[in-house]
Amino acid sequence: MTFIAKPKVAHPSLPKNARGFTRRDYEGALSTLCAGCGHDSITAAIVEASWGLDIEPQNMVKLSGIGCSSKTTAYFVSGGHGFNSVHGRMPSIAMGANAANRQLSYIGVSGDGDTLSIGLGQFCHAIRRNLNMLYIIENNGVYGLTKGQFSASADVGTKAKKGETNFQPPIDPVLLAMTLGATFVARSFSGDKQQLVPLIQAGLKHQGFALIDVLSPCVTFNDHEGSTKSYAYTREHYEPAVHADFVPLEREISVDYKEGETVPVVMHDGSRIVLRKLDAGYDPTNRTTAAAQIQERMKAGEYLTGLLYLDVEPQKGAFHFVNNTPDEPLNSIPYEALSPGSQGLEKALARYR
Amino acid sequence: MPPVSPARVNDFSIKIATVNGTGSASANTLLMKSIFRSGIPVMGKNYFPSNIQGLPTWYEIRVTKDGHVARSGKIDLMVAMNPETYARDVKEVEPGGYLVYDSTWPRPALLKREDITVLGVPLAQLCNENFSGVRTRILMKNICYAGVLAALLELDLGHIRTLLAETYAKKPQLVESNMKAIQLGYDYARTHFPCPLPLRVEKMDRTAGHIMIDGNTAAALGCIFAGATVAAWYPITPSTSLMDAFKMFADRMRVDKQTGRKNFAFIQAEDELAAVGMVIGAMWNGARAFTATSGPGISLMNEFLGLAYYAEVPAVIFDIQRVGPSTGMPTRTQQGDIMLCAYASHGDTRHVCLYPSDPEECFYMAVQAFDLAERLQTPVMVLSDLDIGMNDWMCRDLKWDDSYRPDRGKVLGKEEVLKLEKFYRFIDKDGDGITYRTLPGVHPKAAYFTRGSGHNQYGAYTEDSADYQAVLDRLMKKWASARRYLPRAVIDATAGSKVGIVSVGSGDGAIREAMDVLKERGVALDYMRIRSFPFTEDVEKFLAAHELLFVVEQNRDAQLRSLLTLETAVDKSKLRSLLHYSGLSISSSFIVEGVLAELAPGARAQPSGAAHG
Repeated sequence: MTFIAKPKVAHPSLPKNARGFTRRDYEGALSTLCAGCGHDSITAAIVEASWGLDIEPQNMVKLSGIGCSSKTTAYFVSGGHGFNSVHGRMPSIAMGANAANRQLSYIGVSGDGDTLSIGLGQFCHAIRRNLNMLYIIENNGVYGLTKGQFSASADVGTKAKKGETNFQPPIDPVLLAMTLGATFVARSFSGDKQQLVPLIQAGLKHQGFALIDVLSPCVTFNDHEGSTKSYAYTREHYEPAVHADFVPLEREISVDYKEGETVPVVMHDGSRIVLRKLDAGYDPTNRTTAAAQIQERMKAGEYLTGLLYLDVEPQKGAFHFVNNTPDEPLNSIPYEALSPGSQGLEKALARYR
Repeated sequence: MPPVSPARVNDFSIKIATVNGTGSASANTLLMKSIFRSGIPVMGKNYFPSNIQGLPTWYEIRVTKDGHVARSGKIDLMVAMNPETYARDVKEVEPGGYLVYDSTWPRPALLKREDITVLGVPLAQLCNENFSGVRTRILMKNICYAGVLAALLELDLGHIRTLLAETYAKKPQLVESNMKAIQLGYDYARTHFPCPLPLRVEKMDRTAGHIMIDGNTAAALGCIFAGATVAAWYPITPSTSLMDAFKMFADRMRVDKQTGRKNFAFIQAEDELAAVGMVIGAMWNGARAFTATSGPGISLMNEFLGLAYYAEVPAVIFDIQRVGPSTGMPTRTQQGDIMLCAYASHGDTRHVCLYPSDPEECFYMAVQAFDLAERLQTPVMVLSDLDIGMNDWMCRDLKWDDSYRPDRGKVLGKEEVLKLEKFYRFIDKDGDGITYRTLPGVHPKAAYFTRGSGHNQYGAYTEDSADYQAVLDRLMKKWASARRYLPRAVIDATAGSKVGIVSVGSGDGAIREAMDVLKERGVALDYMRIRSFPFTEDVEKFLAAHELLFVVEQNRDAQLRSLLTLETAVDKSKLRSLLHYSGLSISSSFIVEGVLAELAPGARAQPSGAAHG
């Protein structure tokens, strides 16, 4: 299977965003995933979200590890650089890239194996550093490329395609991220584009580590009776708790919200996220109660979805804030400003005489 | 009566045995630097435990008027401050030498040796009488022996005072208390022993234009001058001080005076895998980035190094080698990663390596490593070791050419990309195997997809045999081109001998001294110190031009010799290994003995690679 280029022909009537790009400009190579794969829906949501945000394609940097999900970075925004790295180590590539140039938008796509098993350490530490990136987990509870082994997100009691039952408790990325101090934690479903698109937009605008755990059924190895990550099971058990509407700076809030049900959050660039509570008792700005509720509902077999936690001042703990790096990218600072020169060397050597 | 040794001015070795965590490091630095400031070449080696407090530690100072930089292998004066190691310390003194010990407590019978002069000084008693507080008394006891040595060796007390004043510029009361301890030891020695000893120092003028610096500090300075802006690492002995030094320099030299913002990112990673991942991510994105580690870290970095090799991403990695295998002896030195670094990672991988021999070269090679990494778009490993990295070496002043500008390699900017019909990442336009890259954020037309999976020359995923092979073959072409940019070997063929020595890195000083000694004994040898991998053409020539070659290296498995047999046309049977792998740095006497054993009449006729010693 070689790379299949997607023809770039855009119909003149296709709508253009503020930068003059059509949705086609945010697409990538043709997907080679199985027909009906949840991941492809997420790719489509990323295309839609990027177009809607008016991002210049070259300003988007796409990063991934290894696995079905990690392949998808080739399937969107072909005008942005992509880096398909090694298994479970995408966060470190993202950290280095972000350190070099803090002004680009970093989007990482990973899977449950890539994030929760081999890459669990790097995932946790990217959260600790509050690395400014959007990190999407395409979570299907199964290793697809190696044909159907359980992943660390497989639920107790779930059945593999060949009938085997999983007895090990899952690692839930949302709860884990909450306890590690993540500043933006969301869960969604590949089948709910309406919920997913604004979440991706908000995540890209978030000035810190934004996690979206997207339940994304594997049609080939985990969509059968007895699986808790199938389309049917997910549709039945996912519960939108908080809907996030993303409102770009230049647009007016057009939806009518009922008093007391919404939490408007202003982003660093003036754009807004309006959190609409679908579950009246749920507070997405309180880490402790939110985590408790997520866990409680999970015990009852329900996945709360939406923007489940948001820190409204994420930049305070973000890497560049802590490191006190300048606003301009480190990779753009002229050499003359970096080298102390021969006089600087002479001065530095004084203590070694 | 022990024999009285003949006068040995500016040519002897002192060893100080103490317990770590007792402040002996300050005392030893004080001694060494005061000798250095008297214009006398001096070498210092620290043998310390992998521990914070309470275990034996030794410091060796070699006063060497001829400017040798290696251990002599002989100890003329021992300061035995650690009862736990008395027995072995006493044994180590050369006949005719001296032993200074703390005579506060009765001297154990172990100390009896008729062929050396034993000098007891009641150091603990002197300090207990003059200082209060347990910790202060311990610390001052060590400063006090420095005073004793100052009297015995006739060191300049003025230099000592100045050095203390510099060290404690912000705590002047400490200058006085330290000076008091110095004086106590000094006066005691002057009163009780004939001072100076025949071993003594005499002012010279051979250290002007020189500095005393360790290789990690010098390498860190090199990174500053190379324009590195991203430093990521995981703490590991003996590399940590490189990162500490980088941070120290960067905090001073890289903070914008107006805004207070830092023109560098300093990232303590969660492990070495992440550290090298960050370096790769940053250099992929156009910043100069590096990490420093040691053998265990390189083991962990293998997977990422293969990615960077195949995806052609620059990276700079300092490997401050220590004793392996496994955790080994973290605070002892070795050249045990030569093979590991050359071929790190699975599949057909090979990496550019640089082999500095001292701190001076660490500085220049650090700069060069970044230029090479970006020029060749591949990881560059700088193989230093604990001996170079953590010991203070006397080096020529580091110089900086202000006209230097970084070689960023083949990076296309927006204008250049727009002129192209289409940009492809791996097209070998120039025929040197080095292709053009772009940085994220430039233009949609410049975008490409970096991957460790099979790719063709357009950068696209492939499982096509021919397309895959074409890229792999071009990487070998690039490998050949690399030789053009690499530092040549340092060759000394003045002897015109048919016998030569081949080595890399920190054995240089010991080898040069050994060559002098051998020459005096009628054995003149040629010498080649290899400075980079892939081996440059001059290496092949030197190997071909000699009938017998001693390969001197500091590991058990003759790794350099292996690499030479794999990567050059050399006849294996010409290569004789001299292998030193005790964890201490190699001494000149080891090499002299090894060479003479081989060349002596009756020595085995058939060459073999067996270890000597």
